[in-house]
Amino acid sequence: MGSMTGRGAVLAALLCWAGAAVARDQVQIAGSSTVLPYASIVAEAFGDNYDFPTPVVESGGSSAGLKRFCEGLGENTIDIANASRAIRDREREACAANGVTDIIEVRIGYDGIVFASQRDGPEFADFTPSQWYRALAARLPDEGGAMVPNPNTRWSQIDPALPDVEILAFIPGTKHGTREVFEEKVILQGCEDTGAAEALAASGLDEDAVEDACMSLRTDGRAVDIDGDYTETLARTESDPNGVGVFGLSFYENNTARLKVATMDGVVPTTASIAAGDYPVARPLFFYLKKAHLDAIPGLKEFATFFVSDDLAGPGGPLADYGLVPDPDLAETQAVLLDGTVMP
Amino acid sequence: MTDATRGNGRAGQGSLLVSDARTARRNAAERRFRIYGLLAVSIGIVALVVLLVSILANGASAFRQTTIRIDVPLDAARLDPSGTRDPAAMAGVTTFRYAPLLREGLAATIAAAGIEAEVDDRALDEMISDESVAQLRRHVLANPDLVGQTVPVEVLASGRIDGFFKGRVTYASAELDSNVTPEQLRLAEELRNAELLRTGFNWRFLTAPDGSDTRPEAAGLGVAILGSIYMMLIVLALALPIGVAASIYLEEFAPQNRWTDVIEVNISNLAAVPSIVFGILGLAIFINFMGLPQSAPIVGGLVLTLMTLPTIIIATRAALKAVPPSIRDAALGLGASKMQSVLHHVLPLAMPGILTGTIIGLAQALGETAPLLLIGMVAFVREYPDAPPDGFFDPATALPVQIYNWTQRADPAFVERAGGAIIVLLLFLLAMNLTAIFLRRRFERRW
Repeated sequence: MGSMTGRGAVLAALLCWAGAAVARDQVQIAGSSTVLPYASIVAEAFGDNYDFPTPVVESGGSSAGLKRFCEGLGENTIDIANASRAIRDREREACAANGVTDIIEVRIGYDGIVFASQRDGPEFADFTPSQWYRALAARLPDEGGAMVPNPNTRWSQIDPALPDVEILAFIPGTKHGTREVFEEKVILQGCEDTGAAEALAASGLDEDAVEDACMSLRTDGRAVDIDGDYTETLARTESDPNGVGVFGLSFYENNTARLKVATMDGVVPTTASIAAGDYPVARPLFFYLKKAHLDAIPGLKEFATFFVSDDLAGPGGPLADYGLVPDPDLAETQAVLLDGTVMP
Repeated sequence: MTDATRGNGRAGQGSLLVSDARTARRNAAERRFRIYGLLAVSIGIVALVVLLVSILANGASAFRQTTIRIDVPLDAARLDPSGTRDPAAMAGVTTFRYAPLLREGLAATIAAAGIEAEVDDRALDEMISDESVAQLRRHVLANPDLVGQTVPVEVLASGRIDGFFKGRVTYASAELDSNVTPEQLRLAEELRNAELLRTGFNWRFLTAPDGSDTRPEAAGLGVAILGSIYMMLIVLALALPIGVAASIYLEEFAPQNRWTDVIEVNISNLAAVPSIVFGILGLAIFINFMGLPQSAPIVGGLVLTLMTLPTIIIATRAALKAVPPSIRDAALGLGASKMQSVLHHVLPLAMPGILTGTIIGLAQALGETAPLLLIGMVAFVREYPDAPPDGFFDPATALPVQIYNWTQRADPAFVERAGGAIIVLLLFLLAMNLTAIFLRRRFERRW
């Protein structure tokens, strides 16, 4: 019996420890799964080179990360949210409502989005946004300009130069930041290029309604939303030779033995072509930082500065080696961090 | 019964040795039934074999690792610009300055071995793991006197080179791969022939922390195994006493009324609640309300305790029920109090069943990922947690979480790591289940 009460006391002591043990000595990061590899590469190098503990990096998606970021200030909240898109106004408001007002936005570089298929599959060599729009849109204008359900079932119906196989595309699910870029830079672009946007506007829709109509994708199983990671997209393209998958550039570069990439508007996606602005489907990557935490969490300032240092994020650094397109204006970002400039 | 009776009615007409149509049909039905059963069993076995074979085929190679032995000249001018050999001053030299040293060392080692290689500096860099650069820096900072000497070091080969000696990378795939060239593979083979490169057992896989996406060759399970052990300790320390106390009360002391019925139904229901729900609860109560730290084994352990409690309570109650009433009656008849009869007689006899149930509950908790997702344990963690009890509050991951993380990484080398981690997890589960079987066989008493 004595041992039983002893154990109870230990348990009580354990639970009371909570109050004393919250002093956190490592940086906590969460957010975009696209930024996750870069953040963990930096976290690891930070642990190698500094006396601070290696930061903890979680993934979960840009939206989930920003939601946790905006939960408030303090040691029980994350310090940095990674995002593959800019923070939205709605999220800023949620942040402000919880007292997270001084946010520093740090752009770490650019990420290319590539279209790749199985290496031994049909010859998907060159795409344009119009082709993707005509392949995946839910409704297309017919000759008379009336919107009809998408009649295309094979790529060759869209362009004889494309392989004569069934349309099957694995695109990022809506929880991914990548989806937003895909819709904006490919589908919406294609909608405008094909003149469908004009036709829609002529039918009396306002601008937002035109965008919505352009971006509504077919639901007959030819456009498959992938809610998991690129590894899932890879598995799907491996199991179906006709499938075309949407990947991040860095993921493709790690799997060139299994995937072949298609050009977009005739431009091959490489870090160079994206940095030069030639490859059209690219987007900036960010992390957001709570200014109030800079002094409270040891190593946070050093980590953020280290992240965008020339050694890491510059050309030839480990992040560029892994597939990040270095930001030509990195010096500006470094200045933002140095001055602690918060978002307006 | 009816079939048999009707059959008997005609027994006189046929021979005992020649079965009539009805008997033949019944026998055929029985044969079919046995075949269905056999089929069901073999489907299960085939599924298990396919699973195990694919895991072993993918993961067994994670336990072997390729290393290269090179002589590194520790150039004093670059590593210790101040010339004081003061570790604090030398700490300003980052790993980026150490990488060229390893490359130069590799080039010199290749030249010394008389190997002709047509590879440039970058290709040499790519053959060595970044982890080794960090290790070299730590080693030099710990032994500043080494600066200026040429020291032999055993460095990890990069993931692609390692994959070549495990059959994952071939000359044909290297042609297509942007991260490795056939020349590098040829050089690696030459190095092996010169006995500078070897593949040995990979202890680091069990002890090292996770590696980032560029260092699959350095990624290990150290933090994940520690995190899992910490959580299991917490679950054991909390769920066993609470579960046993609750079961004893419910089984031996509580009156049979509407309230105990409600509690009983709820315990059975809790056992069937999806584990992610416990994760949501953990986030809301332990992190947001109680202010416990994120990504910490204490929160994981508490969440898994909640999840395991119903399993333990149900197993314990079954074990208590299995103790014959005559034992209680005899104890009470000899003047023992109710509590004495339970603690001195019933509980010891029920102990094997309780322990078996507890271990099975723990094994279930060990393999759980979903609730950990919400409390921040599905993360990249490289720092080992401290020793308990402080370590319970440090960030850590867990074995199933590490598997989940690795399957999401871009580099194909992580598929092998994930397979290896699955093998480790399965071995842990096997060990726990064997313990449970052993306890049951050794101590169980039947009446």
